[in-house]
Amino acid sequence: MSDGTAPVLELRDVRCAFGDHEVLRGVSLAVRRHEVVALIGASGSGKSTLLRTVNLLEHIDDGQILLAGADISDPRVDGDRVRARIGTVFQAYNLFPHLSVLDNVTLAARLVHKVPRPTAEARALDLLSTIGLGSKAKAFPDTLSGGQQQRVAIVRAVVTEPELLLLDEITSALDPELVGEVLDLVRRLKDDGATILMATHEMAFAREVADRVVFLDAGSICEEGPARRVLATPSEPRTREFLARVLP
Amino acid sequence: MTPEVHAPSGLELDRRAYRRRQTARSVLVSLGSTVVFAAVLVLALRSSPGWARVQESFLDPVVAWESLPRVLDGLLLNLRVLFVAALGVLVLGLLLATLRTLRGPVFFPLRALAAGYTDLFRGTPLIIVLYVVGFGVPGLELFGRMDAAFWGTVALVLTYSAYVAEVFRAGIEAVHPSQRLAARSLGLTHGQTMRRVVLPQAVRKVTPALMNDFVAMQKDVGLISVLGAVDAVRAAQIEVAHHYDFTPYVVAGLLFVAMALPVIRVTDWYTARLRAREQMGSLV
Ligand SMILES: Nc1ncnc2c1ncn2[C@@H]1O[C@H](COP(=O)(O)OP(=O)(O)OP(=O)(O)O)[C@@H](O)[C@H]1O
Ligand SMILES: [Mg+2]
Repeated sequence: MSDGTAPVLELRDVRCAFGDHEVLRGVSLAVRRHEVVALIGASGSGKSTLLRTVNLLEHIDDGQILLAGADISDPRVDGDRVRARIGTVFQAYNLFPHLSVLDNVTLAARLVHKVPRPTAEARALDLLSTIGLGSKAKAFPDTLSGGQQQRVAIVRAVVTEPELLLLDEITSALDPELVGEVLDLVRRLKDDGATILMATHEMAFAREVADRVVFLDAGSICEEGPARRVLATPSEPRTREFLARVLP
Repeated sequence: MTPEVHAPSGLELDRRAYRRRQTARSVLVSLGSTVVFAAVLVLALRSSPGWARVQESFLDPVVAWESLPRVLDGLLLNLRVLFVAALGVLVLGLLLATLRTLRGPVFFPLRALAAGYTDLFRGTPLIIVLYVVGFGVPGLELFGRMDAAFWGTVALVLTYSAYVAEVFRAGIEAVHPSQRLAARSLGLTHGQTMRRVVLPQAVRKVTPALMNDFVAMQKDVGLISVLGAVDAVRAAQIEVAHHYDFTPYVVAGLLFVAMALPVIRVTDWYTARLRAREQMGSLV
């Protein structure tokens, strides 16, 4: 069903409500291959919810979500298979505390993608080494710094080469001096051609790395466009207001 | 060839000497207070008016020695039952706990069944379960002839798996939901998430509680004697009748304590280790 020209991800008029609180009010959005899109917006504007609906961790109440051209909001779709094609990293590092770094990184490859253990571990060690964490492969998460944990979580998400990477405020639980090393890794992923949709509060980083910025306001897209343009000269008053508050 | 070893400063040496003196002092103090306490206890017992009679009928060394082999023999049966029952309890308890975590309307009957089961067997005194299982179930004549120890094991498994299921369930619920979310986002199925992510963490969390239940079960195996199985308690009973003396009961009691002690110590050690890990880097 997927043809080469379809966007990796497409949302068509997606709606999502908790009770009678409408959190997403008709969001339409496309992310093309190798594109990095930054979701910005105030706390509670629906960024995390949007990412969770893409991951099928949240049911949508209307609209359509397409992954590589195929409708994944169809209830007949197997959510586990969809999630296996998408890499996700959350705000708080959700490494598994009872598994070593290496086992954390290879768990999904071995269980879900049926990669033989030696192959999975070789690839994982490779990736860990490129970000300077090769020596920590046998360590357990609670002996790592926050930044190291978050980088391991990112490696865990990309080791299976997902078609799409969802990042939800991956630096907001980190001390400022640890933010840099995590963002460096994201930069590197972009250079390697990853397709990324990320919610972020780091405006400077969004301007530098994102191709496009989407400003979400109370569950609808208020403004979107090239990162530099939207962040430097926003055309909507609400965007200007928001940026005035978050930019020093 | 060792690179320069750091020589502790005079200040640090003083500190170490002080700490050593403090340790020696506290050992002496606790030793002294234990001796005094024990002496008072013994004196009080010995000066009681009925002491001579009690000593003769409960603490007769000759009777103790003569009854020891039989009671020990019985204890072997207790150990066998305990071993099999503990395995059964673990498996059934884990199964019940997992059933109770299943979501979705299809599983309602299973969930309800598991909930009803734990309510029933946590509420019923073990002795009643033993009587019903030991004397009632064989009456159905569905199974071949089984000995009393077998039915005793079944009753123990039924009762204790209900407790252990609740312990497991508490452990499962104590694993943070974000762990489940993280596992599912990686594409793991519900079953894989349970087996590889949630249960391993849950089991670690509840191990001290489980070991505590194991100690409780260790002494409750003595109750299979009511079904006529010749375990340590029943053997002691026979010896009591034989010698007209209660000492064999004391012997059996002490043997049960001796059987429980290693597990109790291991539990204490493990709990302390868990606490130490959680408080890493703090002296208080
Ligand atoms: N499971 C839920 N049940 C009820 N309400 C929810 C649930 N999840 C999110 N919400 C509500 O939806 C709204 C959007 O939440 P969301 O987490 O998407 O915001 P966000 O843009 O990610 O905010 P932040 O920047 O603080 O992370 C909030 O008002 C929140 O209270
Ligand atoms: Mg959020």
